[in-house]
Amino acid sequence: MTTTPVPHGSAGLPDRALRDALATRPRPPRTGPLSASLTLAWRALLKIKHVPEQLADAIMIPILFTVMFTYLFGGAMAGSTHEYLQFLLPGTMVFAVLLITVYAGVNLKNDVTRGIADRFRSMPIWRPALLVGGLISDAGRNLLAAGLVVALGLVMGFRPAGGVIGVLLAVGLVLVFAFGLSWVWATLGLVLRTPSAISAVSFLVQFPLTFASNVFVDPQTMPGWLRTFVRFNPVSQLVEAVRGLMNGTAQASRIAAVLLASGLLVAVFAPLTMRLYRNQT
Amino acid sequence: MSMNSAPAIEASGLVKTFGGNRALDGVDLVVPAEGVFGFLGPNGAGKTTSIRVLATLSPPDAGTARVLGHDVVREADRVRERISLTGQFASMDEELTGFENLTILARLLGFTRAGARNRADELLDGFGLAEAGGRTVKTYSGGMRRRLDVAASIIISPDLLFLDEPTTGLDPRSRNQVWAIVRALAREGTTVLLTTQYLDEADQLADRLAVIDRGRIIAEGTPSQLKTSVGAGTVQVHVRDPARRSEAGRLLAEALGTPVQTGSDETALSARADDPGRASVALAGLARAGIDLTAFALAHPSLDEVFLALTGHRAETDTDTDAHTDAHADTHQEKTA
Ligand SMILES: Nc1ncnc2c1ncn2[C@@H]1O[C@H](COP(=O)(O)OP(=O)(O)OP(=O)(O)O)[C@@H](O)[C@H]1O
Ligand SMILES: [Mg+2]
Repeated sequence: MTTTPVPHGSAGLPDRALRDALATRPRPPRTGPLSASLTLAWRALLKIKHVPEQLADAIMIPILFTVMFTYLFGGAMAGSTHEYLQFLLPGTMVFAVLLITVYAGVNLKNDVTRGIADRFRSMPIWRPALLVGGLISDAGRNLLAAGLVVALGLVMGFRPAGGVIGVLLAVGLVLVFAFGLSWVWATLGLVLRTPSAISAVSFLVQFPLTFASNVFVDPQTMPGWLRTFVRFNPVSQLVEAVRGLMNGTAQASRIAAVLLASGLLVAVFAPLTMRLYRNQT
Repeated sequence: MSMNSAPAIEASGLVKTFGGNRALDGVDLVVPAEGVFGFLGPNGAGKTTSIRVLATLSPPDAGTARVLGHDVVREADRVRERISLTGQFASMDEELTGFENLTILARLLGFTRAGARNRADELLDGFGLAEAGGRTVKTYSGGMRRRLDVAASIIISPDLLFLDEPTTGLDPRSRNQVWAIVRALAREGTTVLLTTQYLDEADQLADRLAVIDRGRIIAEGTPSQLKTSVGAGTVQVHVRDPARRSEAGRLLAEALGTPVQTGSDETALSARADDPGRASVALAGLARAGIDLTAFALAHPSLDEVFLALTGHRAETDTDTDAHTDAHADTHQEKTA
């Protein structure tokens, strides 16, 4: 069949510009894994620029929990708010950061349901770039939450014996564990049907893990069975290590345990996520 | 690309099952590396599933496909370097501007920062989106989104572009814009595989087409080959008095020896005529019986009729069937005039 040629411009499109836009030109060199991931991390930042509300959790959770728990329970649990803050702050930082790691799954799920992931998957780029880019921008969000907790704590009278180095290492350790945990949410992001299902699962898992831990109270006051749970709870391990770093009493074995746990999470859930991502139908 | 180069797509025996549902049930397809190829079928026929397999997004359960000479499973990466896909549903970041969307994709494809911005501007200009480029995609109309989606697929001119229902839901003006883009792309040497449920769209754009139904290719050829395979044409008449439509139908059926179709317009009738000579006999018969006609035409068969003849069921079951058949009749008359 011979299609009747439509003269340029007849459809209301600028004819010269259309022709220019379609002209073939040399193809730029392929991007590497790092630059593709960074581009997609930049994409996530641009989205935050347009919809700053996305950061509401990362800002509100640290403020709310640091202030609320300190003044609410401080007097009752440690005799003074000042002393309680010394105990609580490392735990609040862990708690706040772990809660917002769920974004790793929610954002991925949104990209998949909106077909955006399909576009990236059909392009000649390093396949994990979307996941890795997301995790890079998540690290920024986590850093913001951790930084807020520390800043607020300092204002309220928190005095870390571990000094600047100790605090920075503590923040770093939380970010490493958060990175490992993010892969769990990414996996769930590809398995569960809706973003809200991921949030729901995350709350169901994270609330018992954080409250039945040493974040808020010393486990000495708990019944025996609960104390056992708390001791083996990975969140407790992380909080112990973070407290150690901030108080200048860090034990290498605790830090190693956290790094090992983070590594295990990545080793199990990163390949699982990649597999699910690759084999979507 | 020349006529005798290797085909853009060679698929054989593609099967894809979802649960117990065979979405693709042995698809064999050869698409030449030139022009626009139409992929036509009703809802749920397997168009999107086929495209996803061919664009390396979804591995087939059985069968093989080579796209631009590379196997879609084993050499997926090689395929991805030379194809582009505009999916059935918008795949842009709603929260970002059109410009940002294109810039990000251009960066991913290896453009420098400045190069990516230039390319984004150039595409926005060419696709009539220059003014909207700075607005978030959320604020775009359906037609603007579609154009942005297509623009995103040709940041680097692909050798083969998949367009999944690029005009569904667009008004005639937006549809014409997308058509102009498709024709321009084909002229610049990109092979376009376009799926559609609209028979007039395939007729207007495609150099060749395949018809898919229930996961199988049921016909393949040029639009005119498919039409002539069905018969010489169709007699279409409109009676002045709706009350006499059934009588007119009986007379037509007798004279033509083919079943009569009635549309929702209560004055309309049509029937296939295998031989144009009998069409004039049929019309004379109506005149003898004193049935006044307000309009009559002898049309080549529409692809809708082709579809009916091939599958035994109509291509579209929704309410706009008639609107489309009419639109087709109009374009056809323009062409023959
Ligand atoms: N991911 C999926 N899971 C389950 N079933 C699916 C999936 N994708 C497609 N199907 C089924 O496969 C069949 C073919 O679907 P497909 O989307 O390819 O049709 P289509 O020709 O593109 O239709 P439409 O014109 O409505 O877009 C349908 O029965 C559909 O329900
Ligand atoms: Mg479809």
